[in-house]
Amino acid sequence: MEKNIIIKTKNFNFYYGDVKALTDVNIKIEKNSVTGIIGPSGCGKSTFLRSLNLMNNLILSARYEGQIIIDGEDILHKDIDVVALRRRVGMVFQKSNPFPKTVFENVAYGLKINGITNRDFIDQKIEESLKGAALWEEVKDRLNVSAFDLSGGQQQRLCIARALAVEPEILLMDEPASALDPTATLKIEELIQELKKKYTIIIVTHNMQQAARVSDYTAFFMMGKLVEYNKTNIMFTNPENKITEDYITGRFG
Amino acid sequence: MIERHFDEELQKLNSKLLKMASLSEESIYLAIEALKNRNKELAQNVIDNDIKIDEFELEIEDYSIELLAKRQPLASDLRFIATGMRINSELERIADLSVNIAHRARDLSKEPALKVLVHIPMLSDLAIKMVKGSIDSFVNRDLDAAKNVIKLDSEANNLRTEIHKKLVEEYMTKDVTTIPRSLSLFLVAQHLERMCDHAKYIAEDVIYLVSAKNVKHKHEEILK
Repeated sequence: MEKNIIIKTKNFNFYYGDVKALTDVNIKIEKNSVTGIIGPSGCGKSTFLRSLNLMNNLILSARYEGQIIIDGEDILHKDIDVVALRRRVGMVFQKSNPFPKTVFENVAYGLKINGITNRDFIDQKIEESLKGAALWEEVKDRLNVSAFDLSGGQQQRLCIARALAVEPEILLMDEPASALDPTATLKIEELIQELKKKYTIIIVTHNMQQAARVSDYTAFFMMGKLVEYNKTNIMFTNPENKITEDYITGRFG
Repeated sequence: MIERHFDEELQKLNSKLLKMASLSEESIYLAIEALKNRNKELAQNVIDNDIKIDEFELEIEDYSIELLAKRQPLASDLRFIATGMRINSELERIADLSVNIAHRARDLSKEPALKVLVHIPMLSDLAIKMVKGSIDSFVNRDLDAAKNVIKLDSEANNLRTEIHKKLVEEYMTKDVTTIPRSLSLFLVAQHLERMCDHAKYIAEDVIYLVSAKNVKHKHEEILK
């Protein structure tokens, strides 16, 4: 079991200035699994997600304690190469945020900033990434149109393709389908099932049924604490904690 | 705590299940009364009444599916609706078995009475006790009561086997003219034992509802 763990946190605490946002989070995340993170607004779930690739470091008042170990390396160590970390730990946001460039350039961007110039290699990577994001068939004949000409669901999959192009190990998704219609949502959910064969996925979602559908494990956060972390099938049929039960059945939220 | 309109709907489902339980329980009492008292009118009532129970089963099923679709329930809500649907079918099958017994009671009432085997009323009392016990365990969400029902099941099997043996030994092999009536009683014992099985299934469902433990096909722990 332990050797399949890709992310491990030890007594991780996080503060925005004087406000403590996360308290003693201890979690072990298995490789090639999907972990859903649920909890009411302000519970710390996005803060936790963003801690996993140090996105919170962009906030001046942020500080943290404890350890986040990814592949055996503590990413909170001051010598960590943040750029290299974010290449390994990709992120997809709630609102699709393609660059104001063509479809092609959006996916090629990460490769170019990593110094890759070989056109054949880039072409091949773009096809692979778009296929990986289940978008290739829809855009292969219009790689040079603006990303903004795509539908909302396609734009979100484009952002996934952009994240895949730099070959991450872990994909963080912050409510990736909350702005999409049910059909586009379903496509993203199907895609997640495909992606987990190659990547480890952690997804924050407000949609309980979505967590139930896509994730292997579910983590429930409340007021900055990890209340329950369980296999999804147990979490949604027989949660161990009364607070979890009350939250997932909509008795508070 | 948020007040949920869903709670009212679950309460409504619960009330419907309780009504289904009382209809089903009533059909057993009446079928057994008809058998005991050789009352063919009463037997006919049980047979005619079954259509209402069938319709009510469908009503509960439709309502449960509607709630699943509308509410996409989780955790204890999910367990309640899922087990409610199973209990609903068990109750309908119990009522069907009452109808089968009523048919046998109607046939037997037209023939001279056989000297009654004491084991038949023993088994019918046990069937009533188990069905009632399983329904009470559901009403009160009572784990111990559910376990007690499951414990009684082997007694039902033994009584059924004993009745079958006695019918063969004491009637069928001794006097061939008793064979049609013996066969009817043979079937009655079979139906009563099946009723006990359905009561046991309801008790298993109640255990799942309350504790989320699935004890189907593994009673060792309960029977300890």
